[in-house]
Amino acid sequence: MAAELGHLSLWVAIAAALVLAVFPLIGVYRRVESWQRYARPLAWLQWLALTVAMCCLGYSFYINDFTVTYVANHSNSQLPLGYRLSAIWGGHEGSLLLWGWMLGGWTALVGLFSRKVPLPMVVRVLSVMGMIAVGFHAFMLFTSNPFDRSLPWFPIDGADLNPLLQDPGLIIHPPMLYMGYVGFSVAFAFAVAGLLAGDLDPAWARWARPWTTVAWSFLTVGIALGSWWAYYELGWGGWWFWDPVENASLLPWLAGTALIHSLAVSEKRNLFRAWTVLLAIVTFSMSLLGTFLVRSGVLTSVHAFANDPSRGAFILGFLVVVAGGALTLFALRAGRLKGKGGFKPVSREAFLLGNNLLLLTATFAVLMGTLYPLLGEALDIKVSIRAAYFNSFFVPLTLLLMAILVPGMLSNWKRQDGSPLLRRMLMLAPAALIGGFLGARLPGDTPWVGTLAIILALFLVFAHVDDLVRRSLAYNRGFLGGFRKLGRGYYGMVLAHCGLAVLVAGVTVVSFHEVERDVRMAPGDVAEVGAYRFEFDTLSEYAGPNFDARRGHFLVSRDGDAVAEMNPEKRTYRASGQVMTEAAINAGLMRDLYVALGEPLAGDAWAVRIYHKPMIRWIWLGALIMALGGALALTDARYRKRMARGKADADGEVVYE
Amino acid sequence: MSKGTNPWVFLPLAAFVALAVLLASGLGRNPEELPSALAGKPVPEFSRPSLLNDRTLTEELLTGRWQLLNVWGTWCPTCYIEHPYLLELARDGVPIIGLDYKDEDAKARDYLAEYGNPFREVIVDADGQLGLDLGVYGAPETFLINPRGEIVLRHVGELNQRVWDEKFAPVLQQAGEAPGVTP
Amino acid sequence: MLLALTAVPAWAAIDIYQFDSDAQQDRFHRLTEELRCPKCQNQSIADSDAEISQDMRERVARMIREGHSDEEIVTFFVDRYGDFVSYRPPFNPRTAILWVGPLTLLLLGGVGIVVLVRRASREAEEDEQ
Repeated sequence: MAAELGHLSLWVAIAAALVLAVFPLIGVYRRVESWQRYARPLAWLQWLALTVAMCCLGYSFYINDFTVTYVANHSNSQLPLGYRLSAIWGGHEGSLLLWGWMLGGWTALVGLFSRKVPLPMVVRVLSVMGMIAVGFHAFMLFTSNPFDRSLPWFPIDGADLNPLLQDPGLIIHPPMLYMGYVGFSVAFAFAVAGLLAGDLDPAWARWARPWTTVAWSFLTVGIALGSWWAYYELGWGGWWFWDPVENASLLPWLAGTALIHSLAVSEKRNLFRAWTVLLAIVTFSMSLLGTFLVRSGVLTSVHAFANDPSRGAFILGFLVVVAGGALTLFALRAGRLKGKGGFKPVSREAFLLGNNLLLLTATFAVLMGTLYPLLGEALDIKVSIRAAYFNSFFVPLTLLLMAILVPGMLSNWKRQDGSPLLRRMLMLAPAALIGGFLGARLPGDTPWVGTLAIILALFLVFAHVDDLVRRSLAYNRGFLGGFRKLGRGYYGMVLAHCGLAVLVAGVTVVSFHEVERDVRMAPGDVAEVGAYRFEFDTLSEYAGPNFDARRGHFLVSRDGDAVAEMNPEKRTYRASGQVMTEAAINAGLMRDLYVALGEPLAGDAWAVRIYHKPMIRWIWLGALIMALGGALALTDARYRKRMARGKADADGEVVYE
Repeated sequence: MSKGTNPWVFLPLAAFVALAVLLASGLGRNPEELPSALAGKPVPEFSRPSLLNDRTLTEELLTGRWQLLNVWGTWCPTCYIEHPYLLELARDGVPIIGLDYKDEDAKARDYLAEYGNPFREVIVDADGQLGLDLGVYGAPETFLINPRGEIVLRHVGELNQRVWDEKFAPVLQQAGEAPGVTP
Repeated sequence: MLLALTAVPAWAAIDIYQFDSDAQQDRFHRLTEELRCPKCQNQSIADSDAEISQDMRERVARMIREGHSDEEIVTFFVDRYGDFVSYRPPFNPRTAILWVGPLTLLLLGGVGIVVLVRRASREAEEDEQ
């Protein structure tokens, strides 16, 4: 019963989306305001229908309704309740429903928070989002229905959720990621709406920016969670593999970062508008491209959801319509978006242009590396691309980006005098250089690339702290008095940039100074890794809710003092027979200790992997700080003020009413 | 607002079209099958015991005539499925040499005794190192080797009538050999 | 790092892949991350439990101990499994686009920025008058 209701709800949702895409928009072209007013309620209707569908699917999992094919494929009666419910998005069909539900949610929210935006514009934006929704719902209803029943035959018990996914990380990682992917559709919709209107109100960037920033923040968290999850779940201590699916999430993130910076220029000075519009289209297209890559079987990946060329064809068609349509519109209408205003070669605008170029080159390199195997097949070469290629671009580009970040942040809009800028930077340089050398030498010998990275990270942090102090004091009300006046947009920027520095520091130290040992150990054996001593104490067995486990008990000490007890496990999941490695991790801010059981060897010995990973947590911490910075920035007062539109003054500056 | 179209605005669209074409070409292809890197090269040197008798087998075994080298193991379910077809080929006179890959001798002999032996000889490769030398990455795999002892092609997966007709027969016909006939 | 002291009650764990020096150990880690498991879904032989990966790791360890260079070891596998097995793509006319592509973008973009900035600079001058 629930499945049928869910299925029906999907039809209601697609109907609502279709009407939303067409009817109010006609109202804009025909200037009938009453028709336009239907847009917001239709958005809510769509989301309501999707919520019902989600609940129905959740209910089917809850009651273990194995007549529903999707539930049978991804669940099991012994599966703990939490995983049974989050299995809703554990497979292809259900994750599409999650996508659709979030898209509906964002659409409704845009309707809710846009009171100050002129109605025709709101309608255009919601309409575009409705069109996208129609595509997704159609994909679900016609090729990937989560509510299909397998009657009259059905299994007694389900196939179980992939053990890799039976983890708290599963509950949160996809939703975060999807909030990001889907969230970028808002920027896309604003961009296309602007093109449709044939002109961009100067306040356009201010309307679009908070939506874009929040999507970006979610995506940052989603990617960080994915990395962290892979680290502790896969048992090999790795945190980034340049796997096609990982790259698929990085592509919109890189483009999205360029976008939020470009939006900054458009918001302040009404410049780069055509470029920003293009970036918005590109960023969301990357989200769709990622969806395509993961579900079409075109690339090999440990993550790939579905390997179905016919589904792949549908998404590709969808991508062509959405991106192709938007880009055609862009080609025809971009000329009308030219802004007025100049800036000098040394100015914040110029540095932001550099930022965009570097980020887009990185995007392109990741895209090339990910898609090259496809191109290779067409040319009859089979090649594999991984860290070596990607790092050869990513590392120098990141360093360059950090290098121009400081002068960019310190520069004024429109024109910046070179000498004061240079003086400020030179003042900060010695501290960064000394700190960098020390920081890089401390864990051991670091190649010059690593030392450079640490120096730049420190330089970045010092520059921001220095700027923050100066600006606070400039109000002549004491540090705290001035600090309070700086605005959340500024705090957010400082936080986000410092988060980047933290991340880079973590990556650098762990990449150059991690220690790994593969040892053969039986109970009673001892291994020394770095300054730590690992003693394999005992091996025991126990039965979990849906698995059987062998567990090793390790005692870790350093200089004679006990540090930790670590219990890595090898689990066999009963329903699927799959064997999983549960690594034991002793986490710390400055280092992680990581022990995993490999294969059982002769006797009661095991192959054991022991890692010492210095500062690895800084990677995820840095990402979290970045996301927090974004979240802070978008709650800046100026987005909450009662302003409806803006006007560009003679200089090109935007004046908001 | 300026009039006149800047031609650069069409660049993103053009780039996207190229991308879409590339992606479309990837659909339906199987990204996992590897061609043999050794095509055209001679079988590597080896010296291994035979499963069936006391002889020591070397790469000489794989010269002198067109023959198949079939990589199999008792642990491999697809090999079991392919086995009847191998017996059929052997009955038609196709010389097949087996490579018992990462397996146990006693089990392998029992397997052949129970299900029939299509192999003229079986090379034992218990540790898989000969497989490594041949670029083997799983079982079953079947190599087609010419009289000079060179690897002509390699098929990964089950060998059946369709694969034979599509891949092996054409090569043999081109070489002037009627498939299934020993010179 | 075998502890030879007999006075210690616990037995020292023996490295699965034994090497004469840390440098060799490092080479082993690097090489096994650079070589791809031929039958896995995009994993290096360092990250995979598949039998073929284990066999390949054994062979890499053996070749390091026998004194072969990194080049020789990678070539050994590439000769048998094709370019596919190495995660370091070869640089030849057909793969050149991997590097040329992004570099071209960087260069063209750089040129584009210079042109844009010049124009904007002129406009800024005019505004100031």
